[in-house]
Amino acid sequence: MAKRIDVSGLTAFYGSHKAIEDISMTVEPRSVTAFIGPSGCGKSTFLRTLNRMHEVTPGGRVEGKVLLDDEDLYGAGIDPVSVRREVGMVFQRPNPFPTMSIFDNVAAGLRLNGNYKKSELNDIVEKSLKGANLWNEVKDRLNKPGSGLSGGQQQRLCIARAIAVEPDVLLMDEPCSALDPISTLAIEDLIGELKERFTIVIVTHNMQQAARVSDRTAFFNLAAVGQPGRLIEIDDTERIFSNPSVQATEDYISGRFG
Amino acid sequence: MSTAAVTDKRHSTLRAASLPRWTPWVIAAGSLVLGIGISMAAGLDSQVQWGLIAAVLFVLGTFGVAARVEGRRQAKDRVATSLVWVAFLLAVVPLVSLIWVTVVRGVKVLDVYFLTHSMGVVADTEPGGGIYHAIIGSLEQVGLATLIGAPIGVLTAIYLVEYGRGRLAKAVTFFVDVMTGIPSIVAGLFILSLMLIFEMQPFGFAGSLALAILMMPVVVRSTEEMLKLVPNELREASLALGVPKWRTILKVVLPTSVGGITTGIMLAVARIAGETAPVLLLVFGNPFINNNPFEGAQASLPLYIYQQFANSAGSGAAFDRAWAASLTLIAFVMILNLVARGIARWKAPKTGR
Amino acid sequence: MDISTTTDVPPPASQPTIAERKRAARGATRPGDRIFLGLSRGSGILLLVIMAAIAVFLTYRAVLAISKDHANFLTTFEWNTNVLEPKFGIAVLVFGTIVSSVIAMVIAVPVAVAIALFITHYAPRRMSGPVAYVIDLLAAVPSIVYGLWGALVLVPHMNGLFGWLNDFFGWTGVFSWDEGAPRSMLTVGILLAIMILPIITNVSREVFRQVPQMHEEAALALGATRWEVVRMSVLPFGRSGVISASMLGLGRALGETMAVATVLSPSFDIQASLLNPGGGTFAQNIASKFSEANEFGRDALIASGLVLFVITLLVNGAARLIIARRAEYSGANA
Repeated sequence: MAKRIDVSGLTAFYGSHKAIEDISMTVEPRSVTAFIGPSGCGKSTFLRTLNRMHEVTPGGRVEGKVLLDDEDLYGAGIDPVSVRREVGMVFQRPNPFPTMSIFDNVAAGLRLNGNYKKSELNDIVEKSLKGANLWNEVKDRLNKPGSGLSGGQQQRLCIARAIAVEPDVLLMDEPCSALDPISTLAIEDLIGELKERFTIVIVTHNMQQAARVSDRTAFFNLAAVGQPGRLIEIDDTERIFSNPSVQATEDYISGRFG
Repeated sequence: MSTAAVTDKRHSTLRAASLPRWTPWVIAAGSLVLGIGISMAAGLDSQVQWGLIAAVLFVLGTFGVAARVEGRRQAKDRVATSLVWVAFLLAVVPLVSLIWVTVVRGVKVLDVYFLTHSMGVVADTEPGGGIYHAIIGSLEQVGLATLIGAPIGVLTAIYLVEYGRGRLAKAVTFFVDVMTGIPSIVAGLFILSLMLIFEMQPFGFAGSLALAILMMPVVVRSTEEMLKLVPNELREASLALGVPKWRTILKVVLPTSVGGITTGIMLAVARIAGETAPVLLLVFGNPFINNNPFEGAQASLPLYIYQQFANSAGSGAAFDRAWAASLTLIAFVMILNLVARGIARWKAPKTGR
Repeated sequence: MDISTTTDVPPPASQPTIAERKRAARGATRPGDRIFLGLSRGSGILLLVIMAAIAVFLTYRAVLAISKDHANFLTTFEWNTNVLEPKFGIAVLVFGTIVSSVIAMVIAVPVAVAIALFITHYAPRRMSGPVAYVIDLLAAVPSIVYGLWGALVLVPHMNGLFGWLNDFFGWTGVFSWDEGAPRSMLTVGILLAIMILPIITNVSREVFRQVPQMHEEAALALGATRWEVVRMSVLPFGRSGVISASMLGLGRALGETMAVATVLSPSFDIQASLLNPGGGTFAQNIASKFSEANEFGRDALIASGLVLFVITLLVNGAARLIIARRAEYSGANA
């Protein structure tokens, strides 16, 4: 179920602009890896290359390899649609389908992939909502629209939607940046539980959050504005925050820039 | 148990059988050939049928091939894509045909003589004659309509954007919207009812009034959009200098948006220049040159086209003139459109995005 | 809504302006302001007066005509106004107008939605601009030119299609054909469909373009194909926009005059078949009967125009209401 990600020599473009250059790293299964770095350093772009969402952006294109348990996501004959099904994603702003009910939102991914009996759907939706720590709050109003929930609830609904299809990997693009502290805490707790079952990659602007939730931390930076972003270092979170091997990482973490 | 089911489905590989990129083109070419083949074999003579058969074959073929190789979901996706392409082609065909036919048949009689002579001494069924009188009529009627409609439209938009609040503004906004939808013939009937009351005979300016009514809401809408694009900081900067509001509007707001407003007016002019129905009711048509829009029936280009078509008992010469006049009218409208777009691009307000 | 009230909190430097602005807006401390406000408000009021005048004068002339009608205005299959005992009714026109518009809608709405999707979601990026421009060109062609093209190019091309429909579906009665010239309601409907295509396409295109990126990405990230993205995110978001766009197109189709007048071969009866010539629409009937009508005949035509006016008012009003409600809805969720 949870799979390992091996990235080697990955470069991503927007048209002719090179957004990130030559990134290689390994993400272990059943762990949380955090991406930190200043704005514009390409961490979100990199995250989006991991489920082939980058190429959805007009002009977006990728060179290099992303291996998901030895299978190259960018290899010949790979279907991006299947990739996105196995590598789930949670976005910066909660984005439940506005015209669908809570139940339908969670079931949306399942309904795309084959026929489920009503009872099966009920089970999976309940399980996913429980998995997202949202069940108790919404179990009485599953048929209400998802847009009626609070921001934090909506984000957990989106997490439930993502995990309902049982992906191998869960990508989170600053999932708490639009939320208040209490909702943020709820999501962080949830991440801790989800890593038992999924490989999790999270982009965050909040270094305390990275320190709290992640096992490994990758620091991204760019040489100058207009230059492509690069991976500076990746290491155990504890080490990155106590004794990083690169000076730039220490400067960033101690707040000397960025 | 449900988990097991999910896990099973999940372990499908990332690899999916997929058709090569050139597949749609091959299917398209194949269905075109097949479509024409079937049509020939069945002795169908209309290209409309050929096209329809080919389109149906294309959609079905795409579904068949994709469902076989890629599975149902991908097949549905491909069918949607091919339907969307077919729809696009469906829209292009009439446009291309219309432009092509108009140009090819229009150039037959379109020359300097045609543009500089009237139909005064030419019977509708005979060759010869021209559209000079119709051009004069169109220019005068549309010009007068613009003189009335444009200022009222622009002022109304200024009222709505700069002053408007409360019930009056809401009512005006709503009725401008409703007015946009008035059929042109109803605007014509309105002026006609006034003419009946005052026992007037058809004349050019009556047509102008109806055209002005059709023009106003269009100008209001486009001007409103343009005025809303003017950043508030500009207004405030001017007001903060102690400039009165009306001078702020005249000297700051309008100059900033003048390009867009001009564009909107020109597009509205292009629209009313092609209106036939109100002119038919109010200006009546006249084979002779009448330079006075305030007295006596006049001609106009769209009306000329209609009358050449309708009153000529299928005469080829009259049809030729109708096409040539159509070509002139389309050229006029298109040039207005192009110039308007050019102005819009050239004078586009820098919104700082 | 006054635009000046929608600004964010102004910087302290411009505080005095608020008072001044309010004074200026409330009204007319300076002669220049008073004149300018008067002019612009006057224009707005003039528009309302014109609308009211249209309703009043059309009604006045219509009442003159209908009061002398020797038949039921709503149900009579006849239009005879140049006689001592005039008999005229709009039954045929109501039927023809509705039928031709419905045909136009059935053809135009799906095609227009598909083209809007083509421009926003399917076309290669370099193509979508030119395609949108082509659609704008379609919108700019005057209706009389469509009429001429319809009568001289489209009509002959309909023979094959009509024969076909007659062969396969003639048994329904709706598609039976007596091999007359195909100047029938179906041809009119097809031509109207081409003419209203641009307006429906353009409005739908704008709505589809406003679908928030994040809703589409939500579907994509679940492993949706492009069509599934359209079905899950784009169409639900754009539904009310498409409905109101269609209503605007319907308004156009109902009132179109010249294209119907040139293509249709009219008669004052109701044809069961869409392929046989005959019938008529409000606008077409006015244009065709006008030149031979005396003053009373013109009043009778005005009476039919009033009905058309009311119908288009209702259709357009409904479209605007849907748009307005959608604006509130999306505003609440922004």
